[in-house]
Amino acid sequence: MIEVKNITKRYGAHKALDDVSFTANDGEILGFLGPNGAGKSTAMNIITGYISASSGSVSVDGKDVAQQPQEAKKNMGYLPEIPPLYEDMTVKEYLWFIYDLKKCKLPKISHMKDICSLVGLEEVMGRLIKNLSKGYRQRVGFAQALVGDPKILILDEPTVGLDPKQIVEIRSLIKKLGKRHTVILSSHILPEVQAVCDRIIIIDHGKIIADDTEENILLSADGERNIYITAQGEKEKILSKLKAISGAQEVSCRKAKGGNLEIVIRTAKDTDIRRAVFDCAAGGGWAILEMRTSRPTLEEIFIRLTGQGADDSEEVSE
Amino acid sequence: MTAVFKRELKSYFISPIGYVFLAAFYAYAGLMFYVTGLSEGKTRMDMLFSSLVIVLVVIVPILTMRTMAEERRSKTDQCLLTSPVSIGGIVAGKFLAAFVVYLAAISITIIMALISCIYAAPDWSVVLGNFIGLALIGASYIAIGVFCSSCTESQPVSAVLSFGVLLCVTFISSIASQLPFEFLTKLADKVSFAERYYSFTYGLFDISNVLFFISAAFVFLFLTVRIVEKRRRS
Repeated sequence: MIEVKNITKRYGAHKALDDVSFTANDGEILGFLGPNGAGKSTAMNIITGYISASSGSVSVDGKDVAQQPQEAKKNMGYLPEIPPLYEDMTVKEYLWFIYDLKKCKLPKISHMKDICSLVGLEEVMGRLIKNLSKGYRQRVGFAQALVGDPKILILDEPTVGLDPKQIVEIRSLIKKLGKRHTVILSSHILPEVQAVCDRIIIIDHGKIIADDTEENILLSADGERNIYITAQGEKEKILSKLKAISGAQEVSCRKAKGGNLEIVIRTAKDTDIRRAVFDCAAGGGWAILEMRTSRPTLEEIFIRLTGQGADDSEEVSE
Repeated sequence: MTAVFKRELKSYFISPIGYVFLAAFYAYAGLMFYVTGLSEGKTRMDMLFSSLVIVLVVIVPILTMRTMAEERRSKTDQCLLTSPVSIGGIVAGKFLAAFVVYLAAISITIIMALISCIYAAPDWSVVLGNFIGLALIGASYIAIGVFCSSCTESQPVSAVLSFGVLLCVTFISSIASQLPFEFLTKLADKVSFAERYYSFTYGLFDISNVLFFISAAFVFLFLTVRIVEKRRRS
């Protein structure tokens, strides 16, 4: 379990992290989501003990990273944004070096074999790291984090720079690992976090602005819903009729194509006007070809939340 | 520490740096051995040993320029600093690897002493004293080089910086003697690495000089640890 308490990191006057607290429970895949420069990497660097926080504390299984660094670091595997690879070594030499560096006690040869087959490195074991492609480098970085079978894995943008097939592979690998390890992964790619993580922390301008499961984050913005209809009929008449329905806040026609109108109705919180829309069409003599409702996606919520975050911080700095 | 030591030592001989260092040292020492010993028909080696200090000032920076700077540039320090190894252990591993390469270089002087045995046996206690002196001044030079390397991300900057620092600490007494203040000259004689080292080549084995070099090495290694520490905080 990782407990992060009130971490602040200052670079001069700039606060990269501002009073950040959260916990990651055992066997959980925690997603760190935020736009570029939000403080994701800084947070991960502090958790792993690469840099120290200006104030606040991080403990891993009850061991403080600043007070007992060696014990705390033993349980962590870290894949930084840029994999820390020695270019002049072969993959095998490098992984064996990491094995020695982490003072790993597991049976060396079989442990290495397991890791390499897990991340798919068998074919390149004898090659120099500088000659590897981006995808393979990322995998070597992954393998490096897995050496010693740490309980906690910290992955900073693990799928950046990979091709779509590799991304799918790495994601399923993370899911597989999440069964036995606690995983914290950061990303600015929403579908990735949605696909992999049990819990999502949204961070922006160094502050946590949401910390919950995907469903709850979606639920928090629930209430508002949009109704999309495709209708056939006279545009002006339909729009004015729809606007008259109580509960319809905004009616707009997005597209008119071949006599078909695509209309979006934004409704007030907790009101369902679908029946009223149907009655309106039946009474007015125009036809509904399609009607569907939608809730805001995580993407929309994310943009809304992080957009607000930017406004807040501007107010503060003034 | 042993993992870092082994990797460092290996990397000296994967990259050309180790070979270049050894070749440069062997070539210079060989020339000096011929000029000061063989061609003169002497088996005294004090001239050879005292001439070696100048080449160290030039080539030790080549040996140490990569140590800390390259880790930072390639971000591999992330892997070292997040592993369960102390910063002191990392610095010590790097220092020892460079020192082993250095010992491999200066052990050529022992072979030279053996070669002079063909003509007449050298004074072995003096040779041994000189060798220890050379090892000690090298250790303190390497510590300074590692320290300079930790101050920057760029290898060339690190090399030039350590060259400058080594030049200063080695010949500080010659610089100070040009100044019209007597106390400065006296002070400079006390901290001059070359003056301390020359007393070994005169055949004096003064324990204060031994302690001076050992403590200089420790001070600069400690400062290196502090620099790395400090960078984590800022």
